[in-house]
Amino acid sequence: MSGKTITILNLYSNDMNIYGDRGNVLCLQKRLKWYGYEPRIIEYNQGDKFPNDVDIIVGGGGQDSGQSKIKADLIKIGPKLIKLADDNVSMLMICGLYQLFGKFFKTSEGEIIEGIGLLDIETFGKSERLIGNIVTSSELFGDIIGYENHSGQTFLGHKVQAFGRVRIGAGNNTSDISEGAIYKNVIGSYMHGSLLPKNPAVADYLIEQATKRKFGEFKVKGLDNTYTEMARKIAAKRPR
Amino acid sequence: MPKPLVTILGKAVKKAAALRGGGSALPGLVVEHIYPDFISNTLADLPLGVVVISGTNGKTTTTKMVVELLESQGLKVFTNRTGSNFTRGIAAALLGDINIKGELHADIAVLELDEAHAVHFVKKIIPRFSLLLNVMRDQLDRFGEIDHTTNLLRHVADATTDIVVLNREDRRIASIAKSLDDKKVRFYGLDESLLSLFPSDDDLHGNNTKIKASQTADVVLSKFSGSSATFIIDGKSVSTKLKLTGIYNVFNAAAALSLVRAIIGDKIDQTKLIEALAKVTPAFGRGEMIKVNGKPLELVLVKNPSGFRLGLKSFDSAGYATMIAINDNYADGRDMSWLWDVDFTSLVSDGVEQVSGVRAYDMALRLQYDEVKINDVDTDLKSALDKFISKYSERPMRVYCTYTAMLAIRKSLSKIAKVEVVK
Repeated sequence: MSGKTITILNLYSNDMNIYGDRGNVLCLQKRLKWYGYEPRIIEYNQGDKFPNDVDIIVGGGGQDSGQSKIKADLIKIGPKLIKLADDNVSMLMICGLYQLFGKFFKTSEGEIIEGIGLLDIETFGKSERLIGNIVTSSELFGDIIGYENHSGQTFLGHKVQAFGRVRIGAGNNTSDISEGAIYKNVIGSYMHGSLLPKNPAVADYLIEQATKRKFGEFKVKGLDNTYTEMARKIAAKRPR
Repeated sequence: MPKPLVTILGKAVKKAAALRGGGSALPGLVVEHIYPDFISNTLADLPLGVVVISGTNGKTTTTKMVVELLESQGLKVFTNRTGSNFTRGIAAALLGDINIKGELHADIAVLELDEAHAVHFVKKIIPRFSLLLNVMRDQLDRFGEIDHTTNLLRHVADATTDIVVLNREDRRIASIAKSLDDKKVRFYGLDESLLSLFPSDDDLHGNNTKIKASQTADVVLSKFSGSSATFIIDGKSVSTKLKLTGIYNVFNAAAALSLVRAIIGDKIDQTKLIEALAKVTPAFGRGEMIKVNGKPLELVLVKNPSGFRLGLKSFDSAGYATMIAINDNYADGRDMSWLWDVDFTSLVSDGVEQVSGVRAYDMALRLQYDEVKINDVDTDLKSALDKFISKYSERPMRVYCTYTAMLAIRKSLSKIAKVEVVK
């Protein structure tokens, strides 16, 4: 199967990378390699030329200073990202970029930061920080386990579905039990941890959609999940 | 309540707490409650005032160095030696050192404070000198973002009356100088050839263009090889042997030298200063060497991604048996995502013999993705340590551990083996 290249775009790798989000890229890269594909990583930062050929896009959270650095560039490439999403490209956006993939972020001072509107979500800055271990569940992925750390509260519109339903923790907001959002093959979430290594079902979903889209097939190869299963079991029992 | 009575009460609580075998901060908490100005009143009269040392990594060993270097110059130094670096820990340390009238016989106080507590501390007690080491991603779930942490340290620098010593090679720390009077600032730094050994959080994500620093540094670490180092002090080259291991400890020696030079001024006895530096050993759990049944075992405390990365860079894994113990208690930080910000590929060639701690499987999973071979995973620290020591002591042993894992390991070690601390 050699020669089957899957290109992962690491969106704003310099400024949006907080809380181990880099583990998501590493997880996809290694699983693709173990499945026999050739992963290729492209780092995209503000001002770079946006590549034509992309199969999976991964983005993370950032500090306020990081977000203000990438904001303008993100608005510029927004239409390209929306086109790729509608063309079923797999994407995973965590925390800060999850928020900015939405319609807007309204700060607690009332300032409105425009998002790209790829996801039908709205986010409101609050004084309370939602921090701790989090467990959600979904029909598609089973239990999803991670760690959340955010003060923005996100509300879902009609065009997206929740990524998971919160069992332990806060999730999108303190009002409903949704966590994250899914639109086509785009997943947005507040979960760090890193998310993908601890939730291989989500990683394999992104890989499966990408390889099917590109090559029309996805050959599953059993990987040793012993450490993953134990890490999940223990994480789900830890105090918040 | 008059101060002598507070002192007696505090000392009594300290004794009682020691009998319980417990925490160094409790007696301080009691005193702080009934006499809130206890620390400021006791420290206010010291002839050379108060020195604050803060930053993400290396505070404890650097404070130990500064104290020993000041003592080499004939000063009597008060410090919060127990590693309990909260205000409360200082109150507790004071209780041990003052006489019954509440007087402290010392020339100067050198205090290690974490960033969040340093800000509150300097509101009550104005430091004459401060040393700011670095700002790296620590337990962000506690302090928030690193830009915020930089601002906390900026407050400490602003409050300092005489001299602020800054790390020239940490871009966030160096930027604090911009808002300070030039006369108040001293830098310590690294020779360009050593810069690549200090990856920052930014470098990890591809920003690895190191900009050559433009400011002149008072002390520069220019060369480092195993057990000796060369410093450029005020333009002159000085070489010495060292007992400190790990390049980050040695870089902090440059910080300590610069701070002590600022405090002592022209009267400094450089021969005695360098002699004292050569004798400094690492602090508790910071790359310290202990002997277990006569075999060497090194404990390396890892609290955050930058510290773990520096540890892996500083200590070559070749020929060593390696154990990693990761806990997620409050003092360690609950969030495990930091492990994904550390590159473990330097362990690929020799593998990891034992993984342990509450979050042993998170660590094992992390190693799996860097394709590092693991011999055994056991969440129970005591049994993991037993196995590690009995199977691998033909090689020198090294244990990377989080804070509460380190405490548990020290305790277990003393029960299962004969332990001596190597000076």
